[in-house]
Amino acid sequence: MRYILKKIGIFVLTIFAISILVFLAFQIIPGDPTTRMLGTQATPEKIAALRAQLGLDRPVLVRYFDWLGNFLRGNYGESYSYNMPVHELLSGKLRITASLTLLSFLMVLLISFPLGILLARFAHSWFDRVMMVLNQIVMSIPSFFTGILFTYVFGLILKFFTPTNFVEYADDHAGFWAYLVFPALSIALPKAAMVIKLLRGSMVRELSEDYVRTAYSRGNSRWQVLKGHVMRNAMVPVVTFLAVTLVDIIAGSIIIEQVFNIPGMGRLLMTSINGRDLPVVQTIIMIIALVVITVNYIADISYKYIDPRIRFR
Amino acid sequence: MLDVKNLTVTFNDDHPAEAVRGINLHMEDGETLGLVGESGSGKTVTAMTIAGLLANDSAEINGEVIFDGRDLLHCSCSEMRLVQGKDIGVIFQEPMTSLDPLMRIGHQIEETVRLHFKLKPEERRSMALEVMRLVGLPEPDLTYKKYPHQLSGGQRQRAMIAAAFINHPKLLILDEPTTALDVTVQAQILDVFRRLNEKCGVSLLFISHDLRVVRRVCKKVAVMYNGEIVEYGDTEDIFTNPQHEYTKQLIAAVSAGRRTHV
Amino acid sequence: MKKLKNSHRAPNYNLIWGCVITSIMVLMIVVSFFWTPFNPDAMSYAEKDLAPGGAHLLGTDNFGRDIFSRVMEGAGTTLSIAFCAVAIGASFGTVIGGLTGYFGGAWDEFIMRINDAVTAFPSILLALVIVTITGSGRTNIIFILGILFIPSFARVVRGEFAKQRQMDYVKNAKLMGVKPGRIMFVHILPNIAPVLLSAVAIGFNNAVLAEASMSYLGVGVSQTEAVSLGRMLLDSQAYWMTSPWQALSAGCAISILILGFALISEGLGTRPMWRPTTKRRRKQHA
Repeated sequence: MRYILKKIGIFVLTIFAISILVFLAFQIIPGDPTTRMLGTQATPEKIAALRAQLGLDRPVLVRYFDWLGNFLRGNYGESYSYNMPVHELLSGKLRITASLTLLSFLMVLLISFPLGILLARFAHSWFDRVMMVLNQIVMSIPSFFTGILFTYVFGLILKFFTPTNFVEYADDHAGFWAYLVFPALSIALPKAAMVIKLLRGSMVRELSEDYVRTAYSRGNSRWQVLKGHVMRNAMVPVVTFLAVTLVDIIAGSIIIEQVFNIPGMGRLLMTSINGRDLPVVQTIIMIIALVVITVNYIADISYKYIDPRIRFR
Repeated sequence: MLDVKNLTVTFNDDHPAEAVRGINLHMEDGETLGLVGESGSGKTVTAMTIAGLLANDSAEINGEVIFDGRDLLHCSCSEMRLVQGKDIGVIFQEPMTSLDPLMRIGHQIEETVRLHFKLKPEERRSMALEVMRLVGLPEPDLTYKKYPHQLSGGQRQRAMIAAAFINHPKLLILDEPTTALDVTVQAQILDVFRRLNEKCGVSLLFISHDLRVVRRVCKKVAVMYNGEIVEYGDTEDIFTNPQHEYTKQLIAAVSAGRRTHV
Repeated sequence: MKKLKNSHRAPNYNLIWGCVITSIMVLMIVVSFFWTPFNPDAMSYAEKDLAPGGAHLLGTDNFGRDIFSRVMEGAGTTLSIAFCAVAIGASFGTVIGGLTGYFGGAWDEFIMRINDAVTAFPSILLALVIVTITGSGRTNIIFILGILFIPSFARVVRGEFAKQRQMDYVKNAKLMGVKPGRIMFVHILPNIAPVLLSAVAIGFNNAVLAEASMSYLGVGVSQTEAVSLGRMLLDSQAYWMTSPWQALSAGCAISILILGFALISEGLGTRPMWRPTTKRRRKQHA
C-alpha cells in the first residue's frame, strides 16, 4: 500500500515537471503567433490587442498556472489557426489515434508471442534460422515504407481498401476498423520483429537454467515447461520492452497517419507544427506525455508483480 | 526394483569420448546406494540417464535401465513423464538455481502432484503442507507462500526434497545434494534423507564426489572412475578394505580432508 | 545438461553481412561525391517516368531525374547527417557517461534520472517538438538528433565505466597516482571500445531512421538543401501508379542502410540500448 502511494506521488510529481517543461518549451518559440495570425494586416496596435486577447502579455508564471488549471479542467485553449477550442479539434481525433495505437499493439502481441515461443521451442533449427533472418529484415524496414508498400499492393492493386478514403467511426464501425488494419500492421511489423527477437532470446536463455531440468524431472512435458516456467521468467525483460513498444507505436502512428491519410492526432500535430499552432501542439504533447508516463508506470508495477525478487526489495 | 545393465552413454557432439562405459547397478526396494567418483567420472550422466533427463539429441544411450520391470530407455517421452516425479524423484546440486525463482514454494511442491493426479487444490495444498512438515521446513503455512529467494540454502534444498518426495516415489536420485551447502546444514539434510529412507522406505541413489558423505547415508556404494564402475559393494567393506587403487586414493583424500577439518 | 553446439566457433555472419552491406552503401556514397551517372537534379521532360533498365538503372522520376543518382546523393545526405548526429551524441555521451560512471555520487544519480526521463520518450517525438521551436533544415536536424542521442550513449558508457572502475588495473593506476582524466580516457576507454562500437552502430541505425522519418514528415532536410531519401519517399508517394520504382528505390535504400547497421551492432554483441535498467536490476538479484 505504501509502495503504491509512493508510486502515485512520484507519478504526480513527474507529470508536474513535464507540464512545466512543455509549457516553458513553447514559451521560447521564436515566432510570435500574432504576426502569423494577422498576416499582412499586422500593426503594432493590432498585435498588442491580440496579445492581450490571447493573454500573451501576462507574466509567465501566471500564464503557466492559468494554462495548467485550464488543462486540468479539460479546457485546452483556443487553436490559433482554426479559431476553435482545442478540445473540439481533438475530440474525434484522439479516438482515431487511440484505436490505431491499440489495434497495432494488439497485433504486436498476437504476432510476436506465438512466433517468439515457437522459435524458442525450435531454436537453432532451420525453421528458426530462416525466420530469424527474415525477422532481422522486417525489423529494418521503416513503418512508413511498409505503409507505402501496403497502400500500393493492398490498396491500389488488390483494392482491399481505398487509400485516402478514410472511414469515420460514426459512419461505419466495421469500415473504420477495416481501414485501420493496414496502418496498424505497418507500425506493428517492425515492433513485433523486435519483440520476437527479445522473447526468443530470453526464452532460449531461460531454457538453459537449472530450474528447467527440475521441471522436467517432475514430469513436465516440453510445452508444459515452456508454458508453466520458462514463459514467465522470460517475460521479465519483455514487459519493460512492451512498454517501450507501446510508446513507440504512439510515435509511429504520428508518421503512419500521414501515409494513410488518417485524420488523427498525428496529422493534427504535424499541421499544427507547421502552422506553429502553439495551444494545439502543447496539448497534444501533454497528452502523449501523460500516456507515456502512465504506460511506463504500469510497466514498472507489473514488472514488480511478475518478479517477486524486486517486489520484496 | 532398479536394474541397470550394461549402460553405455556416448556423447556425439563435441568430444566422442564415452562418458559411461557398460556399467551395471542393482537396487532393491528401500536400498541406499552411493555412486562415488570425481567430476567427469560419469556418475551424474548415469543418474541423469536413469532419470530420463539426458537430452536425446546430444547423446547416444545403449543398454538397459529396468525400473519396476520396465525398460525406461525404450519408453516414449510421454511414458517416461508418467514415471518422472511420480515414481522417480530427483534432487539437484544447486538449490539456488534449481527452483523456479518466480513461483511460490508451495506451488512448486504441488506441481509434482498436479502433473500426476487429478486432485482438488485444497487436497494438493494439504499434501504439500504435510510433506513440508516431513522434510522439516519451518512454518509450512508461511513458507508455502514464499519465493525461493526468501529462503536460506538449506530451506531451499528441503523444498526441493519436498517437491521430489510429495508423491512418495520409489526412488530418489540425489545428485550431489549437499555439495553447495555449509557443513552444519549438510548434516541436517543428510538426516532428512536417512529419515525418508527409514520411515518411508524410499530407495536412495546418492551421487557424490565425497565418500564420507555417502558413508553416512548409504549401505552400498559403487565407485566410478573414467566412466566405469571400479568397485561395488557394502560401504563399510569398501571403507575398511578397498581393493582398487582409485578407491584407496579417494579414502586417503577423505581422511586427509578430515584431518584438516579437525 | 545440454551444450550449445560450437556456438562461439561459428563465423559471425551478422557482422560479416553487416559490414558487406554497409561497405557497399558507403562506397556508393563516396563515389557519389565525385561522380553520379546523371546530374541528380537535371530534369528532362522527354525522359519522364522511365522504367528501370537501360541507361537509367533505377528509372527516372516524374521530372525525368535519374533515380539511381538521386538515391546515391540522398543516401549520402542521410548518412552524413547520421554521422554528425552520432558523433555529437557519442562524444558528449562518452564524456558525461564516463564522468558520472567513474565518479558516481549525487550527480550521477541526478543525471541518470534525467536520462531515464528523456529516453522514456520516443526520440522522434522529442525531435518533432524541438523542430517546432527551432525550425527544420539540415543543421538543425543534426543538432537535434545529436543532442537526443546523448542520453543513450551516456547510459551505456556510464554502466561500463562503473564496471571498469572496480577492476584491478584501474585500482593499480589510482595507487600509482595516475590522474583520473588519464585513467578514464587512456586506460578505461580502450577497454569499453567493443561496447561503444556496438552503441555507435545502433546509433547510426536510429539516426538513419530518425532522419528519414523527419524528412518524410516534411520537417527534415528541405528540398532546396539536398536530396534526401525520406523526402524522395514523400514526393514519390503520389506517383505510385505511374512510377512505383521511385518510392521503391528510396524506401529500399533506407531499409538497406538500416539493415547494415543493425547487423553490425548485432554482430558486435549486445544491443546496449535495450532496457539497460532491467539488466542493472537483474544483476543485483541474480
